[in-house]
Amino acid sequence: MNIGSLSEKEFISAIQQEGVAFRVAGFVVKLQTPFADVGKCIYLLYFDFPLADLNSFIDFHMEIVPPKGVRRWYCPQVEFYFDGFRPFKPLPRDQAYAMFEWSFNWCVANHMHNYFIVHAAVVDKDDKCIIMPAPPGSGKSTLCASLVMSGWRLLSDELALLDLQSEHVYPIPRPINLKNNSIDIIRNRFSNAVFGPIIKDTAKGTVSHLKPPEGSVLSASRVSKPTWIIFPKYLAGSETSLLKRSKAQTFMEVAKNAFNYTVLGRDGFQTLVKLIDACDCYDFCYSNIDDALEEFDKLRESK
Amino acid sequence: MDISKNKLSLALSSSLNLEQVSCSDWDLIIRQARASNLLCKLYFLLKQRGVVDRLPMEVSRHLQASQFLGANLCRSVFREVDYINAALKSIDLPVVLLKGAAYVVRGAEAGNGRLFSDIDILVEKKHLEKAEESLKHHGWFNNDYDEYNEKYYRTWMHEIPALTHIKRDSVLDVHHAITPPTSNIKSNTGKLICNLESIEGMENVFTLSSVDLILHSAVHLFQDGEFDHGFRDLVDLDSLIREFSEQDEIFWERLTNRSVELGFQRPIYYAIKYAKLFLNTPIPHAWLQRIEKGRPTFPTLMDFFFGRALMPAHSTCDDRFTSFARWALYIRAHYLRMPLYLLIPHLIRKAYMKRMEKNKTAAE
Repeated sequence: MNIGSLSEKEFISAIQQEGVAFRVAGFVVKLQTPFADVGKCIYLLYFDFPLADLNSFIDFHMEIVPPKGVRRWYCPQVEFYFDGFRPFKPLPRDQAYAMFEWSFNWCVANHMHNYFIVHAAVVDKDDKCIIMPAPPGSGKSTLCASLVMSGWRLLSDELALLDLQSEHVYPIPRPINLKNNSIDIIRNRFSNAVFGPIIKDTAKGTVSHLKPPEGSVLSASRVSKPTWIIFPKYLAGSETSLLKRSKAQTFMEVAKNAFNYTVLGRDGFQTLVKLIDACDCYDFCYSNIDDALEEFDKLRESK
Repeated sequence: MDISKNKLSLALSSSLNLEQVSCSDWDLIIRQARASNLLCKLYFLLKQRGVVDRLPMEVSRHLQASQFLGANLCRSVFREVDYINAALKSIDLPVVLLKGAAYVVRGAEAGNGRLFSDIDILVEKKHLEKAEESLKHHGWFNNDYDEYNEKYYRTWMHEIPALTHIKRDSVLDVHHAITPPTSNIKSNTGKLICNLESIEGMENVFTLSSVDLILHSAVHLFQDGEFDHGFRDLVDLDSLIREFSEQDEIFWERLTNRSVELGFQRPIYYAIKYAKLFLNTPIPHAWLQRIEKGRPTFPTLMDFFFGRALMPAHSTCDDRFTSFARWALYIRAHYLRMPLYLLIPHLIRKAYMKRMEKNKTAAE
């Protein structure tokens, strides 16, 4: 049974009362929130994800709630609680859904050290994947959204979960967080793209979340083999270019983008060595999405 | 107080058949362990009993994940101790480690899977000034200097304000005693220093003796009034007592004699009583009677408070008196720490500072 098998009304009322547990790839999360708009957003964007039993083992107990005190009404805010613990300061009320998504990232990146976790988008075809680590503002999410709307499988837009033993990437195909101009770029180019609400004035500017393709959600238990590491960069007016980069440099850059490289110590180092050995490494510069998609298809056919 | 809510203590003290625990109970155990900072400790204990690999995968992976945090902490503790040693050795002072760091470098059971953020060291008061000076040269500074706090610590506390390393962000607590000078229980740092134990393979690095480590842990837990990690500290005491009592035939005699010598009968009474209650720590009957000398006037009343405050800091362990109990013990700790004419102005000042801080955060 997935979230979509409930009616929106049933779902929202459940999330407001005892909360709803659902499975996001390898993780069971439970969310409780009094905010109907957050429930509505989750219903829309997590429509294809399976529901889980509230009595099962739950990985992350989450709450998005109003603060105690005046900020419930006056310039209202929201807070995130991870099983009673509040890791962040409150955010403005209308950023409630974005707070859920960011907090979800935090839950995974801060606790699941049995993965080597890199801040990166990961897309896949034929169970071979491209890992795209990049700092915010590099056009990583735009490229990732374009690829998955054109038939690539979404593994993740934010977190590459690398297995420490089997050298595979585990999918976690959650909604893609698009920022500022990329929202319209994707909306205009892909008429079937489903977006959550536009959320303004966040720390990352205006953001909106793109619903992950159903196919990616349904195949979320299928792991993928890392084959390419590509550092994308959107540069207005530039020619599309894909240039090989040194493996040593790539090692350092991926380590820098990893959440738990130091925590994992030797295991982290060894996982990263295996990853870099197994992948072709590139710098990718683009300004035109069609050209970018074509370049990625060529790359895939080469293997 | 309903002790059966504390599923974690059942799991830690092997009173549960872990292979028959339901999913929802595992959910509680993992949550309570995480809230008490004991996830990694639970990993080590279950591994010792050989059950980690037989647990459901979704449960064991949380334990495995925390084990990486423990291993990482262990590496950084040894590294930091080397740095501290460089700073103190240059002025001919020994490094005397306390609490978590001491358990780790000794290789004690209590150090396995114990997560903590600060390293605590003991420096005799007469050497404090030069120790601070040298630590400063090596990069440790008091980062959030506040005039009132500074004066308060310097005058009334047994430690100086925490030092943070300018590059590595590691935090160092420098103590010159284990209780405040105005405390109802006076500690004698000289006596502790006399019994230091050296660490094999680490020149110039020492810890308190095994018995003193237990006494310090008990004094810290039952005098200090900070119960966010109360249950974790009780688990320390359980580990220390189990390990040292097995290694040393006259352990109990040593412990009781030393507690009399240092005047710590009351904290050791509490430590043993609650370790036994929550974690089933094995205490020989004869010694249970001996420690009765440290019994407080109203033990049932203290059960009401400690029984609640020592539970894991998780909503599923609370009842309607829990926050009152923690608050009351916080006040008690201050009362034990200093006479009323000092305490009242200090608490008012603290409440005011907290309020200002809150307003500032709200304004942001």
